[in-house]
Amino acid sequence: MRFELFAEYFPALLAGIPMTLKLAGLSLFIGFFLAVVLAVLRTSGIRPLEAFVRSYVYVFRGTPLLVQIFLIYYGTGQFDFIKESFLWPVLREAYWCAIIALTLNTGAYTSEIIRGGIESVPWGQVEAAKACGMNVWLRFRRVVFPQAIRQALPGYGNEIILMVKSTSLASTVTLLEITGIARKIVSQTYAPLELFIMAGAIYLTIVFVITRAVDMLENRLSPDLMARRHVKNAAERDIASVH
Amino acid sequence: MKKTLTTLAAVAAIAVAGIAADASAKEWGKGSKIKIATEGAYAPWNFTDSAGKLVGFEVDLAADLCKRMEVECEVIQQAWEGIIPALQAGKYDVIMAGMSITEKRMEVISFSRAYAATPAVFVVTTGNKSAGFKTAVDALTLEEIDAAEKTALDAVVKEFKGKTIGVQISTTHENFLREYLGKDATIKTYDTQENLDLDLQAGRVDAALASASYWVPLLASDKGKGMVMVGPGMTGGPFGNGVGAGIRKEDKALNDMFTKAINASIADGTSKKLAVQWFGFDASAK
Repeated sequence: MRFELFAEYFPALLAGIPMTLKLAGLSLFIGFFLAVVLAVLRTSGIRPLEAFVRSYVYVFRGTPLLVQIFLIYYGTGQFDFIKESFLWPVLREAYWCAIIALTLNTGAYTSEIIRGGIESVPWGQVEAAKACGMNVWLRFRRVVFPQAIRQALPGYGNEIILMVKSTSLASTVTLLEITGIARKIVSQTYAPLELFIMAGAIYLTIVFVITRAVDMLENRLSPDLMARRHVKNAAERDIASVH
Repeated sequence: MKKTLTTLAAVAAIAVAGIAADASAKEWGKGSKIKIATEGAYAPWNFTDSAGKLVGFEVDLAADLCKRMEVECEVIQQAWEGIIPALQAGKYDVIMAGMSITEKRMEVISFSRAYAATPAVFVVTTGNKSAGFKTAVDALTLEEIDAAEKTALDAVVKEFKGKTIGVQISTTHENFLREYLGKDATIKTYDTQENLDLDLQAGRVDAALASASYWVPLLASDKGKGMVMVGPGMTGGPFGNGVGAGIRKEDKALNDMFTKAINASIADGTSKKLAVQWFGFDASAK
């Protein structure tokens, strides 16, 4: 172990954080809206739309993200009609290819998480909302969606973490995020252990912050659950004090 | 529980001892078993044929050298990026992967004498603005640069100013770009040369820099259609002193064996014959 390398290259690795966060942040942001649309279509009861979403999810969950990135990055460069089309200025950039792959991927996973949330809302509540005269949009906005999101949040927190780590695959298409920079320095110093320990520590820190943030959001969105937890604890304390 | 722990500790101690023994210098001589690593993605130096078998100049040369040393050799495939760390970790004993002998690499491993020497050349697509780029001197040695060579070097820097240049990661070619064009051009690094070729053809990079030994056969084949070599052939300086076999520093005896075998192979013309066969020109060391 060459300890001097830690101090020497740590700042260089830190410089990769913005790229990692940009890749994860932007694709999670766009992917979330994509996922909501997909989840609504998936639970719409319209057969062809449901089948479409189901096959989309099947394809993107069923193939490795690395394969998707390679297909979008190297695949699109093989066709002249793509290179001559208006899409090329976007697909020419490794950054946008990575964003597209990550977005489509997280869209597929997240739509299933949200679908679970939507289906967990008791049908009786929807019926009641109907009886109150709410239209489809209002029902979704006021009754279904808020509860679905609350249900989906723990699962979605997982997805956020997975996405942060998935961005490391962008290093395979020449992007210099944390892993990409680590690989580059390893190739100059031949010291994989030191560099990847540092890279791993940076990911751990990012994931720690995200975990705390999701926890806080969960507590905020589910005050009733929080309260119940407190009551339970209080009850346990009472029992303990008897002894 | 205590017993389990003691057993575990003993097993761990044996494992550690085993690893330590592996990493220290072995005895080398006739009949030794030698593992040689190559990248398998840098035709015609080393690549895999349609059946997935490792072939190429270095695979054939390794067979010739091993026969001369009277040792048993196994050639295995290892990704370029980890090829030096894995040598140090004792996963194999020798690297023969088109690896140039450079000072930076000499800090961590040793090299046999060179068995090949080829200049580095830029390649662009025929539609590119630089397609007709030429300098007054064809061969540019980056040591003791004279006036004519200085002019040629300046022309190279000027030609690629503001362009995006692709290069395989952790190669002497990357070192050259960082040293001479680091400020003026955008440098994109690739894990394999093949991925770089794809991006050159897709137009994501304006130019690619690699060894002539790689370009000459590629450009003669279907895969190299629409690509053209431009500018001077460059050697010396950051490009190092030819291509040699990488060996752990402590394995001095093995290094001597390789150097002796390479000398013999050069002397009787075998390495030249193999070079002409694989590269289409004599890329062997003299």
